Amino acid sequence: MNEQPQPEHKDDRPAIDVHLGDLSFPERPLDLAAVRAKLQSKTGKQYWRTLEELAEDPAFEELLHREFPRQAPSEWDDSVDRRDFLKLMAASLALAGLSGCGREPEQYLVPYVKQPDGMVPGKPLFFATAMPFGADSIGLLVESHEGRPTKIEGNPDHPSSLGATNVFAQASILDLYDPDRAQTVTKAGEIQTWSQFLDVAQALAATFRSTRGEGLRFLTGIINSPVLTAQLESILTRYPLAKWHQWEPAVGDGTREGAKLAFGRYVNTVYRPENADVILSLDSDFLVSGPGNVRYMREFYRRRKLNESAQADRVGSEMSRLYVVEPTPSVTGSSADHRLPLRYAEIARFARALAAKFGLGGSGKLDPNIEKWLDTVVKDLKKHPRRTLVVAGEQQPAEVHALAHAINASLGNVGTTLYYTEPVEAHPVNHLESLRELCADTENGKVSTLIIVGVNPVYTAPHDFDFAGKLRFDEKLGKKKIETVIYISPHFDETAQYCDWHVAESHYLETWGDARAFDGTVSVVQPLIAPLYKTHSVHETLAAFTDEPGLSDYDAVRDRLQAENPAVDFEKFWRKTLNDGVVAGTTFPPINVSLKFTPASLPPVNESSAGELEFLFRPDPSIYDGRFANNGWLQELPKPVTKLTWDNAALVSPKTAQKLDLTHTIPSRGGEHGQVLSDVIDIALSGSKVTAAAWILPGQAEGVVVLPLGYGRKKAGYAGTNKGFNAYVVRTSNTLWAAPAPAGVIRKTGNGYPMACTQYHFNMESRHIMMTATLEEYRKNPNFAKSEETPPENDSLYKGEAEFPYKRDKWAMSIDLNSCNGCNACIIACQAENNIAVVGKDQVMRAREMHWIRVDRYYTNTASSATGQSTGDPSEYQPALENPETFFQPVPCQQCENAPCEEVCPVGATVHSAEGLNDMVYQRCVGTRYCSNNCPYKVRRFNFLRFQDWETPQFKLMRNPEVTVRSRGVMEKCTYCVQRIDRARIEADKKNQPVADGAIVTACAQACPAQAIVFGNANDPNSRVAKLRAQQRNYQIMPELNTRARTTYLAAVRNPNSELDNA
Amino acid sequence: MNCHSVLFKNADYLEPVRESYRTGESIKWIKIHRLADFVYFDHSIHVNKGIGCSTCHGRVDEMPLVFQANTLLMQWCIDCHRNPEPYLRPMDQVYVMDWRPGPNQEELGKEFARERNLRTTAELTSCSTCHR
Repeated sequence: MNEQPQPEHKDDRPAIDVHLGDLSFPERPLDLAAVRAKLQSKTGKQYWRTLEELAEDPAFEELLHREFPRQAPSEWDDSVDRRDFLKLMAASLALAGLSGCGREPEQYLVPYVKQPDGMVPGKPLFFATAMPFGADSIGLLVESHEGRPTKIEGNPDHPSSLGATNVFAQASILDLYDPDRAQTVTKAGEIQTWSQFLDVAQALAATFRSTRGEGLRFLTGIINSPVLTAQLESILTRYPLAKWHQWEPAVGDGTREGAKLAFGRYVNTVYRPENADVILSLDSDFLVSGPGNVRYMREFYRRRKLNESAQADRVGSEMSRLYVVEPTPSVTGSSADHRLPLRYAEIARFARALAAKFGLGGSGKLDPNIEKWLDTVVKDLKKHPRRTLVVAGEQQPAEVHALAHAINASLGNVGTTLYYTEPVEAHPVNHLESLRELCADTENGKVSTLIIVGVNPVYTAPHDFDFAGKLRFDEKLGKKKIETVIYISPHFDETAQYCDWHVAESHYLETWGDARAFDGTVSVVQPLIAPLYKTHSVHETLAAFTDEPGLSDYDAVRDRLQAENPAVDFEKFWRKTLNDGVVAGTTFPPINVSLKFTPASLPPVNESSAGELEFLFRPDPSIYDGRFANNGWLQELPKPVTKLTWDNAALVSPKTAQKLDLTHTIPSRGGEHGQVLSDVIDIALSGSKVTAAAWILPGQAEGVVVLPLGYGRKKAGYAGTNKGFNAYVVRTSNTLWAAPAPAGVIRKTGNGYPMACTQYHFNMESRHIMMTATLEEYRKNPNFAKSEETPPENDSLYKGEAEFPYKRDKWAMSIDLNSCNGCNACIIACQAENNIAVVGKDQVMRAREMHWIRVDRYYTNTASSATGQSTGDPSEYQPALENPETFFQPVPCQQCENAPCEEVCPVGATVHSAEGLNDMVYQRCVGTRYCSNNCPYKVRRFNFLRFQDWETPQFKLMRNPEVTVRSRGVMEKCTYCVQRIDRARIEADKKNQPVADGAIVTACAQACPAQAIVFGNANDPNSRVAKLRAQQRNYQIMPELNTRARTTYLAAVRNPNSELDNA
Repeated sequence: MNCHSVLFKNADYLEPVRESYRTGESIKWIKIHRLADFVYFDHSIHVNKGIGCSTCHGRVDEMPLVFQANTLLMQWCIDCHRNPEPYLRPMDQVYVMDWRPGPNQEELGKEFARERNLRTTAELTSCSTCHR
């Protein structure tokens, strides 16, 4: 603020213009004697609220006049009377008229001088690219408005996507526009230019040439990019003494080393869940995490759809069956027909016992109940030769993976439900040993230059390695252990503060590159926008250390592709590759590997390592290993099973919570959603300590405490810093995934911590909300989901909206609850498409999150869920907390034909369109909130505050220009993506054709990997949605309210094994 | 510059066009027909259904300086959306500036509406048609 002397002038401005500094409130102590005197002089009844009021203190009266005392000038200052005020305003209006008041500032139309090919301003373009993620990449089509990427969709032609995406791919667009991204090269925090960096890099390169790379080390995450691999390998050839280390904090070595143990070499496993009649998952969350998860989710649910008419969707003759054994409820486990909570350490025993049952040797001692469970599973597996699948989880140790490989081989599954290929990872190594070697070499002074790419070791490395100490100035040595540390990453994070040079990394939407998918298919990563800041890609940074420091990523990618495909017309090939999003002919063929492993060769189980408690480290469902901590959408995303936002918690099983006396307190709203107070605990583990809020999680194995990774960051930007607790602090190299400990390590601090939980309550109170049944029950009574209480169609004398003849397009949506597992991809997709704001933890605790679609999670007690009727027994309200059945239900606006919200809006801000949409007209809304009050589904969201960020320039680029950005005081809700409906309808109308089925795909439907959501025209008997609505399982939520919802659900059917009572 | 590489290529009046082409800087045209930000207007559907240019924009060919010939307020749009037949032209007349409806416009309009599958009044005046 400039301190400029105010010009001297007579103060004849209207009173409302009084400068703040002119206000003053002389503090006067209350004069009690005067008050008493006044009191004595009064007669009759007097009412007062404060003594000051009674004393008629003029200063206090003045205070009363001001709406915001001491903060703002009073709007109702009476120093200018009404007549003078009006005179003044009239005068200024008249003066304003002279300067052309009445017309808004000019707007300009600024056309291209040379319009880019194919671009029509106002119409978005789609470009194919891919998002690399671990040992996989998801093929994408990114929507670009006038050169700005605004929305990410899956690429239907890409094997890892088939048109769908997961939460990380959807949210990655916000990472591109993250205002906290590092914007330039820095050296020790000071801004440098790229050419300065190049000079330093070239000087280092010259040194390496002479020393043959001695002391040069690279530390990367998993690399699956052929170009990047080629670059690194050529650098390693050029400097033969250099070494390449890898560290990926959330993936683990089990998969890799398990394959090596089983086959003697590293191989990649590709699953075909669509061919499996029975799947047994050993702690594998394969539906939402790990390579291929988007594709596996699609394929798995193709075997779960019961749409008799949609044969194209169904594969195989019967519904598959999923058994899951896991220590903590995961998304995959929640979808299971049978789920067994087992400790992490017991899963290894379980796997051994399983192998023994197949006569493969070895043995595992099990609890008799678990043995019984196992026997039934084995029987089921044996009933479906060659059509079963055993999958081991990413965090499981190598032996469990090797056992799974052995079992799959003996079951004859290889070739049908899974196959093996060359590794997708460019350079598979044991990550823990690789990092250990780097740290040991650093201690021994063998590392002079360290280049860190794409991993945040100070934050994620095991605590006992003390990576920060490796980078810091060493007092004893009198210098740093590593002379030069160069770090390339998108943010100036925990590691960057210890590094000499920090290169700001370009986002994948800003660079050229390539990436392999889970099955080996290569896609070209194509930029959608030039780098927003002075960032550089990893390719450019690595090239700085070679003979070609100016190599662009564009050339790097093209050169390599040309070298790999010498015989083609390259320009044509290049354009086709960019168009399709896949490089033809790069999918890995299956390879033959022979099992070199026998279970009997495994060392006996170490019984003594079991502890009273078992602490598990797991990547967080929304933040992963911490890299997405600053992504507001992912922070606010309610986690699938816990529905927590903005925090992680130490997840504790109900029995353990009882033993340790840990509880939740629900301060308001009956515990439906909002704030939950959790007990805070200190955890002293592995020589370190962390303080966390405890969260009780039904379904978790007894004694298991899960510490989700990714939170508690200190330098993660505005959204990510100081949220939750940092589990990495107690994670050591020999307890990477599980740490057994006595119960005494947990100490209740006696404090409470408020958690923002969007759904704490899971009781339907016998309302017709979530209908579920077993396959048997469904076959006996296919109409189990229909309610007898639905009012008949023509019952009303009133000819309301519901009686409107929807002759042309009748938009409807069908959601298959058999396919929904609560992965939340739809929520992020909707948030991206419709410019939905992030409100922050405080507002989420007031239940003001703005997601237009929410995913409700219900735990059920089987008895009442099938009938949908309340048995009246109080135990119904307490589903078996040890292992409840879990169901998910996405709830967008139901677009009721007989909408309760429309009837009560006093200003007509919500009206019905002629195609059946419940339109929300923001301009008319005055914020009564009666519509939300009347909505039985509670799908309306009110902007209690101006939640939208109007200032940050990056977000202006990101927003979808086809959807209004709402201000404070208006109601909003799902619109069935009316912008997409309008676009498709206009295109069809121009051609004078009806809108084709599938021309309109809502954002949620497009993102869903399981294709659970289908949108279309219910009047078209051949449309997918019409066929789904005709299914017997089809039902509306709470039809007795006569809302005639257009969004209907297909009831969930599980396929339990009748020989197992529900476990 | 397409047309103006040939037509009036040396006229003083067209100097801004040549300047733009030379320097690559776009011409900043002042937007005359402005709608509020909360109106999502699609031009192509109007043209494709046979609403002529001069119907909404007036006689641009006779304007020495383009001005807004109609109010462009919602009431004005709704008047046509409620009753589009008087304004529908034969498709070859859409760009003709001096087109006037003939005496048989009523039946012609009804015929055009039918063959072009024009949306009903209820659909044309649904809020989400123009506002999202």
